[in-house]
Amino acid sequence: MDTAVQLVLLTLAAGTPLVYAALGELVAEKTGVLNLGVEGMMLVGAVVAFIVAARTGAPWLGAIAGIAAGAALALVFAVVTLTLQANQVASGLALSLFGVGLSAFVGLDYVSVVIEPIKPLHVPVLADLPFVGALLFTWNPLVYLSLALFAAVQWFLFHTRAGLVVRAVGESPESAHAIGYPVVRIRYFAVVFGGACAGLGGAYLSLVYNPSWAEGITAGRGWIALALVVFATWKPSRVVAGAYLFGGVTLAQFQAQALGVEIPSQYLAMLPYLATIVVLALISRDVVSIRLNAPAALGRPFHPDA
Amino acid sequence: MTRYTRRNALAALGAGAATAALPALAQTKAGEPLQIGFVYVSPIGDAGWTFQHDTARKAMEKALSGKVVTKYIENVPEGADAERVIRELASSGNTLIFTTSFGYMNPTIKVAQAFPKHKFEHATGYKTSKNVGIYNARFYEGRYLAGMVAGKMSKSGVAGYVAAFPIPEVVMGINAFTRGMRVTNPKAEVKVVWVNSWFDPGKETEATNTLVSQGADVVTHHTDSPATMQAAEAKKIHAIAYHSDMSKYGPNAQLTAVTHHWTDYYTRVAQSVLDGKWAPDNVWGGLKEGMIKLAPFNKVVPADVQETVNRAEAEIKAGKLHPFTGPMKDNAGKERLAAGKTISDGDLQKMDYYVEGVVGKLPSSK
Amino acid sequence: MHLRLEARTEPSRLARWLSPLVATFAVLVIGFVLFAAMGKDPWFALYTFFIDPVDTRYDVGELLLKASPLMLCAVGLAAGYRANVWNIGAEGQLVLGAVAGGGVALAFHDSTSPLVLPLMLVAGVAGGMLWAAIPALLRTRFNANEILVSLMLVYVASLVLSLLVHGAWRDPEGFNFPQSKLFSDSALLPNLIPETRLNVGFLIALVVVGVAWLFMRRSLTGYQMRVAGLAPAAANYAGVSAARTVWLGMLIGGACAGLAGVGEVAGPIGQLMPVVSPGYGFAAIIVAFVGRLHPVGIVFASLLMSLLYLGGEAAQMKLALPSSVTGLFQGTLLLFLLAADVFIHYRLRVVRRPAPVAHGA
Repeated sequence: MDTAVQLVLLTLAAGTPLVYAALGELVAEKTGVLNLGVEGMMLVGAVVAFIVAARTGAPWLGAIAGIAAGAALALVFAVVTLTLQANQVASGLALSLFGVGLSAFVGLDYVSVVIEPIKPLHVPVLADLPFVGALLFTWNPLVYLSLALFAAVQWFLFHTRAGLVVRAVGESPESAHAIGYPVVRIRYFAVVFGGACAGLGGAYLSLVYNPSWAEGITAGRGWIALALVVFATWKPSRVVAGAYLFGGVTLAQFQAQALGVEIPSQYLAMLPYLATIVVLALISRDVVSIRLNAPAALGRPFHPDA
Repeated sequence: MTRYTRRNALAALGAGAATAALPALAQTKAGEPLQIGFVYVSPIGDAGWTFQHDTARKAMEKALSGKVVTKYIENVPEGADAERVIRELASSGNTLIFTTSFGYMNPTIKVAQAFPKHKFEHATGYKTSKNVGIYNARFYEGRYLAGMVAGKMSKSGVAGYVAAFPIPEVVMGINAFTRGMRVTNPKAEVKVVWVNSWFDPGKETEATNTLVSQGADVVTHHTDSPATMQAAEAKKIHAIAYHSDMSKYGPNAQLTAVTHHWTDYYTRVAQSVLDGKWAPDNVWGGLKEGMIKLAPFNKVVPADVQETVNRAEAEIKAGKLHPFTGPMKDNAGKERLAAGKTISDGDLQKMDYYVEGVVGKLPSSK
Repeated sequence: MHLRLEARTEPSRLARWLSPLVATFAVLVIGFVLFAAMGKDPWFALYTFFIDPVDTRYDVGELLLKASPLMLCAVGLAAGYRANVWNIGAEGQLVLGAVAGGGVALAFHDSTSPLVLPLMLVAGVAGGMLWAAIPALLRTRFNANEILVSLMLVYVASLVLSLLVHGAWRDPEGFNFPQSKLFSDSALLPNLIPETRLNVGFLIALVVVGVAWLFMRRSLTGYQMRVAGLAPAAANYAGVSAARTVWLGMLIGGACAGLAGVGEVAGPIGQLMPVVSPGYGFAAIIVAFVGRLHPVGIVFASLLMSLLYLGGEAAQMKLALPSSVTGLFQGTLLLFLLAADVFIHYRLRVVRRPAPVAHGA
């Protein structure tokens, strides 16, 4: 029983950075903007969060700074693609390149610093309940927050008027513009929100998961987050499920290895990627459902004059 | 490090075109400092393989102050780029070049042919030539001692090992650790998780947590980040660091660390080049040569354990003890060494099986 | 009074040529300030970054050598992108090309036949196409998004290579290190210029670029693909099969990336190793767009990208700058280049009254 609880907790912890980054990207993509710079934004969020935490001794301040840093990098992307109309795919990749370099550069003096991490909660009374106590009431605050973010995004997109407008912009920016919505401004907000979430996802890595800074600490999680949005067919609930599935399969293959399963580790390491592909192929067969959720204008530039 | 002032920068501009075309002329003249280049496979960072090499580079520069100037290039991928980087170092006047990763072997040999008067030192490979020497450390000696500590300190008798790739050097370490652990706890088991990456702090953490969930209460790693140490600290278990002392990341967790020390070797090689006495060699040094050390023990390690380990260390240094001395079986039960026999360096260098006590099977073992 | 962008009635030819120059100039200025702020002599720094890497014959050889795989991957990707086929897994297709081509080299290790090399190239192309066929199949059969599938297959491809070099294809004389045997001479691309590493692969890349240009410009299929990209509905109406477009787009990308992969192992690497590419497949996506998806533009863009890599190395060696500065500089330059293209389709105007629609900045 204890092991089962452990596994659930480990899966949650492994999936959390992906939840943040992918939820943010989902909102941006819902307005029709594809930002492939997630890896770069996560790294910059991670390094700035770490630097601020190290300087101030306050990890929460670090987390806030990480959010701001991710948002700032996303703003660069927004200016380049939304105002200056550059190609989104290429700009996003260039942003990643830039973010990887920038984070490594500003973090040079911090690679040997040790900080006080954000500690897991131990909810009084509740955490001491048998079984459910450990299962539900001992998470890291940032793990709880990631689920709150999911609830907020879900509610915003599908139960508010503003969310409807966001989706309309992603569906047909021309029509939204014709009705009088400020398409470019809405896309700006969504992209910056996406950057903020990616920044927080990065901050989770450097403040909670591996409280330290090293070049490339995200090790490709930004790319996985991008893939998860597609995997989720642009549904927030599936983003969360996908993040835990991915984290869970990774952990499961480690479990199998530690048990001494006689399969080369490379085969096992392929599993999370293959599982994602197979599940995507299965859910994508329902063409209608995808059409309903996929932002039709994804990746398409829009200029009010054009 | 070379620091360019404006003046010598301009001089370099003028000289650049001339010397680049005639690399063979870029030889050290008497009285001028020896230029030494280093090629690193990853960013230097704060701990790990490259960090230890860079620490030694700096120490060597200090020890031979005024007589040597060093340069390094970090984050050089193993593959098509390595050859160019090594060549550029050679043609810009670095007449002694250390290439510090296995994947640089063939590029180093190729460049060495084009620069017959330069000296090259390649770490962890097996090819030498008339101007390429190789060097490596007997990491397994330290691993064995670390295993002895783990055997004494583990209550569950299960250790966890986070490993990068199944190459002989890593396998050798796992086996030495296991044999050491079984000296102090004959029933001990070692569980291995391969993360298929030298550096992925997230995965290293996940692998460590997995091992802990399966009963490991001492963990160690053969990867490049301090993530295993940090995860152990968070889980309130013990860990043994590798490459660098990581007590900063796990003040309570770290029992000791198997650390790499290249300073003496680099200083010696540079000095021999300065003296004109360098010749290609195949150096495989261990505890005795000071290339491998154990970091200070955590205070939770009881005195008698420390003493046992120190005694074993002295015996290894004296050549009286070899971690791979028979009888030794692999974990499928096949005898690999008869009683009293000691493994040859050749067999050790291509080890591709787990010894008794390791759980699982190596993908490549036959 | 403020500035606003106004759409031009037709694309500006002048801006088409001028915008890359403006972007480069802007980056040079930024670089100048950046290097000066870091306490480096900015003139020497810029010299080191942009001139030093190409001031000898060997260096020029290296520039072209490194540009070849970028050029190949980018030209293949561009064919797909023009048709709205979003293959971002060229890196994986490159690795599979290296695996397939390398497999042939190892299988015929003792052969001195002149056919080994052509066979390797064919196998490399086939390997890349096979890997690209998976996302194409899943897209056309199951509607699975090719961005995700091609990206995930990058990771799988590198694990396939890892599995082989750690196991079946390991050099038996190599002390169980993860490398294959060194290829025999008959499996290596002939050298092009003495005293450099430049090989015939560069010529092959140029030929492929030429063929790609002819295909996209002069062939009916190429025309149909471009129409499918610009106006999917119209293409559909005109009877252009969407599935065929996806297949073509993916397979062309895979073939080119596979060729780039075999070119690396049969060229500068000369054996199979756990890592055969420092991310050419991803860098090529940027190259494709900086080259405006046009073969000629791609040739220039790949040379620029290659120069930035080499400049980064020179900067480490001569200026003691950390390797991260390369990425920083690359990213900045590429963002500027992409952004500067705005002036092809838009002009900047000073507006006296507030614009009717606000748009961000």
